[in-house]
Amino acid sequence: MIARRALLGGLTLGAGGLLSGCDRLNASPGFRGLLEGAEQLHYRSQRLLAGGGALAREYGRADMSPRFRTNGNIRPSSPDYLAHAAANFADWRLVVDGLVARPLSLSLSDLGGFPQRAQITRHDCVEGWSAIGKWQGPQLAAILRAAGLSSRANFIVFHCADDFGGVPYYESIDLNDAFHPQTILAVLMNDHRLPVPHGAPVRLRVERQLGYKHAKFVMRIEAREQIDNLHSGKGGYWEDRSGYAWYAGI
Amino acid sequence: MSDAPGPDPTPPAVGGDLVDRHRLATRLWHWVNVVALVVMVMSGLMIFNAHPRLYWGQYGANPDHAWFEIGSRGDEGFARLGAAEVATTGVLGVWRDEAGAVQRRAFPHWATIPSSYSLADARIWHLAFAWLLALGLLAFMVASLFNRHFKRDLTIRRAEIRPSHVWADIKDHARLRFPTGAAALRYNILQKISYAAVIFLLLPLVILTGLTMSPALTSGWAWLLDLFGGRQSARSLHFLAMAGLILFALVHIAMVLLAGPFNEVRSMVTGRYRLPREREERP
Repeated sequence: MIARRALLGGLTLGAGGLLSGCDRLNASPGFRGLLEGAEQLHYRSQRLLAGGGALAREYGRADMSPRFRTNGNIRPSSPDYLAHAAANFADWRLVVDGLVARPLSLSLSDLGGFPQRAQITRHDCVEGWSAIGKWQGPQLAAILRAAGLSSRANFIVFHCADDFGGVPYYESIDLNDAFHPQTILAVLMNDHRLPVPHGAPVRLRVERQLGYKHAKFVMRIEAREQIDNLHSGKGGYWEDRSGYAWYAGI
Repeated sequence: MSDAPGPDPTPPAVGGDLVDRHRLATRLWHWVNVVALVVMVMSGLMIFNAHPRLYWGQYGANPDHAWFEIGSRGDEGFARLGAAEVATTGVLGVWRDEAGAVQRRAFPHWATIPSSYSLADARIWHLAFAWLLALGLLAFMVASLFNRHFKRDLTIRRAEIRPSHVWADIKDHARLRFPTGAAALRYNILQKISYAAVIFLLLPLVILTGLTMSPALTSGWAWLLDLFGGRQSARSLHFLAMAGLILFALVHIAMVLLAGPFNEVRSMVTGRYRLPREREERP
């Protein structure tokens, strides 16, 4: 009985020690670095398994979410954006620049002139929920080809109109995702012009990754050699702010 | 020549003997798996806290019907399963953190890694230790095929699954009559069923449903979505498999405590096990 009680006491102590130990490990840069190293494993193994032309599952109309919830910023606050929204984005232009031979400035009707792709896909939020919707817009690959992407470019960065407390939202993807057939600049959602809460006028769809990579309110697309010299260096707003993985395939 | 006997054969082990019980591969995996599972469960509960609702099907979000939910209304915490709801204030939904402040999250600070809310940090832990869990299981399975652990110790024989035998074993467990002497070296049928369920059903299920939640992986392996009926079904099954593993762990630990914790833990650390002495038969 005494041995049993000692063991139970030990287990309780052990559990307490485990908890504070985990929090200490969580704060240790060396241990975090080790854990974060797994992101490279995910990136490499998933590119190996599904890095080719494999498409994310596409669904039928009957599979669509009756209501597609919003999250993140649902209305950018910048006067410039609000003026464009009030004018239905008639004079709005999407800038494509950086490591390209021919920088572009594209209106919504210019975007409509590129080969379009429509897809009913599942949006997976990092929080755990999923919603299925229909997205339509030009393939990013066609726009990058029109701009003459430099061979020095390794990343495509999406600069957005929204911000959190003055810190602008942005995201970045590699060229494998940028040239994936399902990677589109959605201008239509469920057959209607993209609503403001879902990222009007243009939202990136990068179907093999989680929701925070799907930048809303895209204003400028920039081709870059590196992303570690941009903002706080992690390649995206949530990556910089909270330590979310840059590669969000899992 | 006389018919002198050869060297004595090793006498059969009897109660009180210290004998070899668990192989190195089994012991190593057991403890690696303990660490992996504790981290996976605790970081997983934090991930659940980010969206404490479960759905069936391909999609599922706040506007959709959740079959399970942990939440709060004002200062009341609740857990809801289908239409049945129980008050869980203080433990689930609404609880106080270490500083005494009221928090409105599903699972409390003492059950999660890290202890204060961070989905990003929990994912870093969960997705790193997932490799340890999955590769550990794979290595153990390969080793157990080669050292014949599965064949010798876990294979369920025809005679063992006769209802009368299973019932006798259930009665022995209920009366806490554990086997003695050399018989204690063999797993009984309830042990075999529960160990096999963990190794061949629950752990593979928790790993595969975890992979099904990866949008990149299901691009290459779309069959995973069909196997589990969609990403949200996979998320629900992932949670249920975890609940099954916790239930196993609780019963497993209770059995170790009842059977003699020092001897049992020693056999899983050093491999050496003292056979329980035979009971004196009482009239």
